[in-house]
Amino acid sequence: MSQQKISTIELVNKGLAKRYRAEKRFRLIGLGAIVLSLTFLAILFATITFNGYTAFQQTWLELTIFFDPQMLDAKNLRQADYDGLVKKSLRDNFPEVSGRSQKKDLYTLVSSGAAYKLQDMVVADTGIIGTTRQVWVPASDDVDMLIKGNIDRSQPESDRQLKDIQLAWIDQLVKEGRLAKRFNLAFFTAGDSREPELAGIFGATIGSAYMLLITLLLSFPVGVATAVYLEEFAKRNRWTDLVEVNINNLAAVPSIVFGLLGLAVFLNFFGLPRSSPLVGGLVMTLMTLPTIIIASRIALQSVPPSIREAALGIGASKMQTVIHHVLPLALPGMLTGTIIGMGRALGESAPLLMIGMVAFIVDIPGSLTDSATALPVQIYLWADCPEQAFMERTSAAIMVLLAFLVLMNGTAVLLRNRFERRW
Amino acid sequence: MSSSLLLIVLLGLSAVAFHLGRRRAIALGRASGSSRSLHSRPVYYGTLTALWCGLPALFIFALWQALESNIMVRLTISTLPEQIRSLPAAGLGLVINDIKNLAAGSSFGGIPDPVIEAAADYYRHLQELGGLLKGGTLTVLSLVAMVFGLSRLTPKLRARNQVEALVKVLLIICSTMAILTTIGIVLSVLFEALRFFQKVPLTDFLFGLEWSPQTAIRTDQVGSSGAFGAVPVFAGTLMISALAMLVAVPIGLMSAIYLAEYAGKKVRAVAKPLIEILAGVPTVVYGFFAALVVAPFIRDLGAHLGISVSSESALAAGLIMGIMIIPFIMSISDDVINAVPQTLRDGSYALGATKNETVRRVLLPAALPGIVGGVLLAVSRAIGETMIVVMAAGLSAKLTANPLQAVTTVTVQIVTLLVGDQEFDSPKTLAAFALGLLLFLITLLLNVTALYIVRKYREQYE
Repeated sequence: MSQQKISTIELVNKGLAKRYRAEKRFRLIGLGAIVLSLTFLAILFATITFNGYTAFQQTWLELTIFFDPQMLDAKNLRQADYDGLVKKSLRDNFPEVSGRSQKKDLYTLVSSGAAYKLQDMVVADTGIIGTTRQVWVPASDDVDMLIKGNIDRSQPESDRQLKDIQLAWIDQLVKEGRLAKRFNLAFFTAGDSREPELAGIFGATIGSAYMLLITLLLSFPVGVATAVYLEEFAKRNRWTDLVEVNINNLAAVPSIVFGLLGLAVFLNFFGLPRSSPLVGGLVMTLMTLPTIIIASRIALQSVPPSIREAALGIGASKMQTVIHHVLPLALPGMLTGTIIGMGRALGESAPLLMIGMVAFIVDIPGSLTDSATALPVQIYLWADCPEQAFMERTSAAIMVLLAFLVLMNGTAVLLRNRFERRW
Repeated sequence: MSSSLLLIVLLGLSAVAFHLGRRRAIALGRASGSSRSLHSRPVYYGTLTALWCGLPALFIFALWQALESNIMVRLTISTLPEQIRSLPAAGLGLVINDIKNLAAGSSFGGIPDPVIEAAADYYRHLQELGGLLKGGTLTVLSLVAMVFGLSRLTPKLRARNQVEALVKVLLIICSTMAILTTIGIVLSVLFEALRFFQKVPLTDFLFGLEWSPQTAIRTDQVGSSGAFGAVPVFAGTLMISALAMLVAVPIGLMSAIYLAEYAGKKVRAVAKPLIEILAGVPTVVYGFFAALVVAPFIRDLGAHLGISVSSESALAAGLIMGIMIIPFIMSISDDVINAVPQTLRDGSYALGATKNETVRRVLLPAALPGIVGGVLLAVSRAIGETMIVVMAAGLSAKLTANPLQAVTTVTVQIVTLLVGDQEFDSPKTLAAFALGLLLFLITLLLNVTALYIVRKYREQYE
């Protein structure tokens, strides 16, 4: 009996190898989880960048345009047939093209924006009428996709956006040096368009900017005021408890519910204009308020009581203590929270779908009540478009949006590091 | 005078009032000996005068702005001939819109009806008149108030107390915004939902197994009544949320454990912010990623293996939503694991437990309430998440347990029912509000429970 008895330490040692193996396994699983998350992050960014970076360039086509005085009536320059000029130039370049359908195929190589470019040129300087110029105009999105290598030439003709004959023309143009990739300025300066090569994010960016302006102007003062009241003045009672529970709960209400609120209250009850940045800003204000309030309260709590006591001790009133001493010390923290809230508002799109900011809007919004769309909604709209060129532009728009967010959050981090004080 | 100009004028007048009030206070102080004979510092006299000048005018400005267009529309309607006035509300609304557009100078081709044109002229006339009247009244009012405020200034005036009392009232008003927002949400969703339940019985909505909200245009079309059973919609929501949780909870929790217990300071300083970037990525980006990269990938993979996978499978949406939620679970778990007192760890190590045993037998049980609270918050977020499912999940409400098929969710249905042109009394649009009400109630329940658990847990170790 006594021989069989194993001492405790032996028992422990026996199991040790197994336990250490379990320990190692557990550690590896933990590391694996981290690596997995980081891989997701890397794949996400890599895919977006890989899909999107080409959209910052656009293929342009050089045309020899004769500004035919017979086609350009000096009195009615806006109504002239600029399309005809473009078509004629294409026909001259490829004299062998004949037949309706072939001509039609030829014309689709050039973007419909080419006519507008000619119009702008003529309107700006009527002296060019009667001369022949070399003009660079945007090529159509299919040509652009081919040049960027997104159209597979080896596919059968029926599965391809471009026909064999169009490929031959494009190859000829490339050989003549009449096709070139240039920086895609239109992407940054134009509004939305049905043509991918003419579509830009400027309109959406301005819409987002207006919206954030409203959000900032309303949510920062109200959020800070609420935080100051709750932290510095309110006595703890049922009412303040109710307010607190409300704020914490609002922070977790789905954003789409705020959209429903905006639709029912701002649009249907107050009759504010649909699709406007004003309403978008109001909805975003309500949505970001909890974030700002919670951040501001934490900032106020971190100001040591000795500051308040010193101010009160030399005869400042409660209000003077808060405004002159506590607020300035808490401000960096409040600003950090506000920037983070603004970042969230910039990336949010669900409530905007509810209040009609998903319309197709070509014009750049000029005021707070104009119809507008926002950057993330533009991404949503483009993601739905079937053209391959729009997929590229969607990714590029995402890159711009992410750049804005990185900028904002970077500022917040910088602000926190620069001004954060440990008492 | 345009509203924004008027607003600038009013603010400018207030600034002038501040300056005048302050100067007058200084003069008063000098007249009665030293500035110490004043009750408050001159700034407060200035502020008080500015408030006198600005507040009443701004209040009336806001009121005017809110009521103006309504009154003008009523006046315009009263000039219209009887046959237009007796139109139903919707038709009248269209006419009013025409009039407004015409008055704003945007004609949309064609020659407008002379009656409408006359009404537009009248409307424009009213607008001009109203603008002048508003500008004149408010400017005069604020000037009068400024003079009155200045005349009230005496050395004994308790300016500081008055200003402070007013600021405090403002603070209180601001703090009620949160409650007003909640009330607004509840009322706006509730009213429309009640109207919906008058048309579709509550039991049909809650327990109906079929969802096809497309009401037909003609009454004799098939399925013209529409079916509003919310069960398949909620089943889809739950399935996608469950998939998301299957991804997010293990990865998030293990990441948090590794970061809190194993990782060195340097790894932690790099890995934590990097993973938190995932939380800052806009959901529309995830939606794009899910719809254009992940869903086709899963479909092709399925085709490779000989399984038929829908191109809008619940799996793709759930997977991506899970990735979105990882940092959320990680942050909360990290917080609660760090909040467990060091003494518990030390005690466990002293008994000879390995790290892994300490984590599993001591830390996790101690942190469990907090983690559960965090997971509940994450579930609420998954249920309310919109963009990912709108872009990657389907529209057809199928009652299925197969994650490879397309399902629909509450948020997808709300968006599809409400985006685009809509009449506001069809059961179709009202159904969106009923879904919204249910969504709000469910997330409210989850949030309140979670917040309660987390708070209670925090108090345990304090």
